Amino acid sequence: MKIFVCVKQVPDAKDVRLDPKTNTLAREGVQSIMNPYDRHALEEAVRLKEQHGGTVTVISMGPPQAEATLREAISCGADEMALVSDRAFAGADTWATTYTLSMAIKKLGGADLIICGKQAIDGDTAQVGPGLAERMGMPYLTCVRKVVSVAGQVIRLERMMDDGYDLVEAELPMLFTVVKEINEPRIPSLKGKMKAKKQELVMLSAADIGADPDLLGLKGSPTQVVNVFPPEMRGERCLLEGTADEQVAQLATKLEAIL
Amino acid sequence: MDYFLSEEQEMIVDVARQITDEMIIPQRAELDEKEEFPDAILQTIAQADLFGLYIPEEYGGFGGGCFDMVLALEQFGRGCVGIATAFAANALGAYPMLIAGSDELKQKYLPEIASGKKYAAFALTEANAGSDASGIQTTAELDGDHWVLNGTKQWITNAGEANIYTVIAITDRAKGPRGATMFVVEDTDEGFSYGAKEKKLGIRASSTRELIFKDCRIPKDRMIGRQGTGFITIMRTLDQSRPGIAALGLGLGQGALDEAVTYAKQRVQFDKPIISFQAVQHILADMAIQLEASRALVYATARNVDTHKTGVSKIASMCKVMATDMAMKVTTDAVQVLAGYGYMREYPVEKMMRDAKILQIYEGTNQIQRNVIGQELNKEYGKK
Ligand SMILES: Cc1cc2nc3c(=O)[nH]c(=O)nc-3n(C[C@H](O)[C@H](O)[C@H](O)COP(=O)(O)OP(=O)(O)OC[C@H]3O[C@@H](n4cnc5c(N)ncnc54)[C@H](O)[C@@H]3O)c2cc1C
Repeated sequence: MKIFVCVKQVPDAKDVRLDPKTNTLAREGVQSIMNPYDRHALEEAVRLKEQHGGTVTVISMGPPQAEATLREAISCGADEMALVSDRAFAGADTWATTYTLSMAIKKLGGADLIICGKQAIDGDTAQVGPGLAERMGMPYLTCVRKVVSVAGQVIRLERMMDDGYDLVEAELPMLFTVVKEINEPRIPSLKGKMKAKKQELVMLSAADIGADPDLLGLKGSPTQVVNVFPPEMRGERCLLEGTADEQVAQLATKLEAIL
Repeated sequence: MDYFLSEEQEMIVDVARQITDEMIIPQRAELDEKEEFPDAILQTIAQADLFGLYIPEEYGGFGGGCFDMVLALEQFGRGCVGIATAFAANALGAYPMLIAGSDELKQKYLPEIASGKKYAAFALTEANAGSDASGIQTTAELDGDHWVLNGTKQWITNAGEANIYTVIAITDRAKGPRGATMFVVEDTDEGFSYGAKEKKLGIRASSTRELIFKDCRIPKDRMIGRQGTGFITIMRTLDQSRPGIAALGLGLGQGALDEAVTYAKQRVQFDKPIISFQAVQHILADMAIQLEASRALVYATARNVDTHKTGVSKIASMCKVMATDMAMKVTTDAVQVLAGYGYMREYPVEKMMRDAKILQIYEGTNQIQRNVIGQELNKEYGKK
């Protein structure tokens, strides 16, 4: 089984700051990490490979620094890595990103299974997984919390819902996105770290993947960001303190006052 | 301080550090409180390839040495000496085979230990044989194709959890120091059982129990090395393992210093953080001095153990004494810096102080280490 995992390097949520002028995420001087949901996607891919054989390729569209995240993925059990990187990709929204990723995956021979994190913690759109599946012409499922079985071309998955879960059967090739409940990502192994050091990085440019320049980056992105601003704080906030009983009493008094 | 680690050694530290920070530290208080064996953590360590760190590649290990183990154990010790002891006891159990075992014995047992599929333990101590190993009563008698073991081992780390035990027994009492032999006993061997789990002051996540042999029959080929070489094998095992115990002291000392400094910066009394009081600063400074000096000695010793196969007993004992006495002192001082809060289970330093004590006792008390050093000095100066 040829598995692809899409990973994104994101700023560490522990130290997020906003650029006061643009109101976008300040990336300078902020620690970069692998998008947390992607860790779970990777872990699931590696487990599937361990059980059923095959290869796991991690792929990322991003700046050259994203290499570090790909190497980290190798240390956690991925076999190969590809970085899709080009100035032409700058400013891509999810539409252009899914186009780029799909072209790269096709260039690398296509996939039997693509696994993504539910969403990236910086953009929070949750669109790349489904969008990529559409581009690849694959069926997809989001918010998967468990892989029940893989038998031949048939995969059974549990999709997390607000009120329980759906048991869904799909045919490979397909794509699914995962929630954190799916597994506990492993800590990199020593041999994995050594492999990560030596592993060859496949670098793909816009030309390498044969992409139409008009569909890339800012140019290929229909999303127009008009303004980014923090929501205005409204109303007063107040933190209740004391024991649970005391807090309940305080809350009741406050509610009564309003009603 | 930069100890000029190789790239590979940096990776060992990184892997062990991540396991320590993400698994050991968050779970240590609960495992200590419940006196629970850290199986899941040991399996994580195994999955990260650290179980076979010191085992040659041909037996499924990583092919590292004493120094590699020291680096990993230092990190684990920073998190929890109880959990680290449960891990380290595997190496203590494996070393006799590694040092003196036949190739068949190594092929049979070492890959399983290297992968963490099976745990190992080492059994020397008995009720009347602590510091004085010659007091051993456990016997092994040859009966056809089998050895028959009788006796009781006491305070054996990993007892009840391990599957593979290296055990020393008297095979010919008349031969004195050349009358003892080491064997491999498996948990499933007939006539082999365990005593009750001991209740301990510290390292409570590790299991300490008796091994009871009642006409325990094991195949002849479970003998480690030649008959009568048991004590020599043990001495060589301890040369390898004592720097590891010293490394637990380093880690523990580091953990205690980290807690003490962090706390001293936050705790305000008399309108100032207590770290601004010179009396507190000096305690912290002394902790740091002793810790770094110990680390330099332990690292240098471990590198020597790796490069000089013999003649390392003195330095192995020296680093064990220095780093474990340091750990006892530094953890006690850390409790002093945190004072009342430090005495409470809410903070980790009381456990660190409880855990430190064992390091001065097992694998030879620090008095016995000093005996070794003294005897070696006597020999050295006799030659001149
Ligand atoms: C938690 C725990 C785990 C252990 N795990 C293992 C294990 O896995 N395998 C194993 O085989 N053993 C194990 N041991 C046993 C440990 O190695 C012994 O406790 C240790 O060697 C000391 O023996 P003892 O306790 O009988 O002390 P004793 O030998 O009775 O010593 C008592 C005191 O007398 C001093 N003393 C004794 N003889 C001399 C001397 N000649 N010169 C100066 N001072 C001397 C000692 O230093 C000590 O202070 C473990 C012990 C503990 C507590």
